[in-house]
Amino acid sequence: MNIKKQFKEGLITNNPVLVQLIGMCATMAITTTLFNGVGMGISVLIILTCCNVVVSAIRKIIPGEIRLAIFVVVIAGFVTIVDLLLQAYIPALSEALGVFIPLIVVNCIIIGRAEAFCQKNTVGASFFDGIFQGLGYTMVLVIMCVVREFIGSGRFGGGLIDITNGLRFTLDGTGAGIQLFPSEYGAGIMNLPFGGFITLGLLIAAMQYALKRSAKKREEKETAAKEVEE
Amino acid sequence: MLTNIISISLGAILINNFIFSQFLGICPFLGCSSKVDTAAGMGLAVVFVMGLASAICWVIDVYILVPLGLAFLETLAFILVIASLVQFVEMFLKKMVPSLYSALGIYLPLITTNCAVLGVVLLNVQNNYNFIESVVYGITGGLGFMLAIVLFASVRERVDFADYPECFEGFPICLVSAALLALAFMGFSGMKIF
Repeated sequence: MNIKKQFKEGLITNNPVLVQLIGMCATMAITTTLFNGVGMGISVLIILTCCNVVVSAIRKIIPGEIRLAIFVVVIAGFVTIVDLLLQAYIPALSEALGVFIPLIVVNCIIIGRAEAFCQKNTVGASFFDGIFQGLGYTMVLVIMCVVREFIGSGRFGGGLIDITNGLRFTLDGTGAGIQLFPSEYGAGIMNLPFGGFITLGLLIAAMQYALKRSAKKREEKETAAKEVEE
Repeated sequence: MLTNIISISLGAILINNFIFSQFLGICPFLGCSSKVDTAAGMGLAVVFVMGLASAICWVIDVYILVPLGLAFLETLAFILVIASLVQFVEMFLKKMVPSLYSALGIYLPLITTNCAVLGVVLLNVQNNYNFIESVVYGITGGLGFMLAIVLFASVRERVDFADYPECFEGFPICLVSAALLALAFMGFSGMKIF
């Protein structure tokens, strides 16, 4: 088990959204304020970790033919738990995310990790995989929220941060955020669906550029090393 | 009643299009849109399953889950209904309408994980639609999805010949073109019905 490698894979080299290109619907739909982004990211992280642990624990006793049905039941169970908990303790978040909380059931990240990773690995490895993949997902959501909020309404941390009486974190979604420039100068279009598509598109393009460049650099280093040997 | 149905239909197809304004069903939208033919096949399958799922899930919700006080199990019940429905439709079509079955091909089983289907069922419950409204919303939502995916596939066929930076290869350029289409669909958002 290699935690450091899993960490790097979850956040960068095998990031669920930017590299595996799964779980896009919610990524584009809810990233309008930092409050929504962080809330969604942490919800997915918790559900993913729980599902990973359960699926890898029962991986030897479930028959191969009906494994997908069993995965879906496990996932739906945890999603229902989180949904009810949010409704009870953070109703503002539950309201803001709306139908996208129950829709985590069909989020490809969770069923994809169950199928691709937990089926073949131990409980411990699956636990860390859930945490790191969840962190990778949260990271993308946070980046998208920050970009869209800044360009769209000149704000940072809407719903999550309140600075009227000193810096304070609001968990009920009431914080106004930090106004960096007046919102009427913002490009409101970034708060609309257009902004979601274009921000994610540019983000993935940047990721592909970075990955390609690092691969090229590694190749150059290897050929240089070879030349030295010769 | 009729005005209600018309406003639901127009809303689902144009104003609140499932793809371009609600972000439901993005995965198949990006995955199955490289050719117009396959996009149309996928769209047709989605219309079919969304209509059926809306009808069946409405009945299950109103006559089984709510009377028994099990409304909190909606998500679990609906996803199981959709998964078995897709399986059932697949077997039925294979036996009875083989021509449609072979036209839909692999797209049929993939619909289980299409969040537009689960989304429309959950939205029906959230909006308190009655049976007819639910079915209309399901079918027209599917039609909206079909419209979006066919339009997008024809855009993508042309984008293939465009000269874009290397790092935009694959998904990024698709997302950028989808963004422009979403911008076009935004034109409907000011529309008011009745």
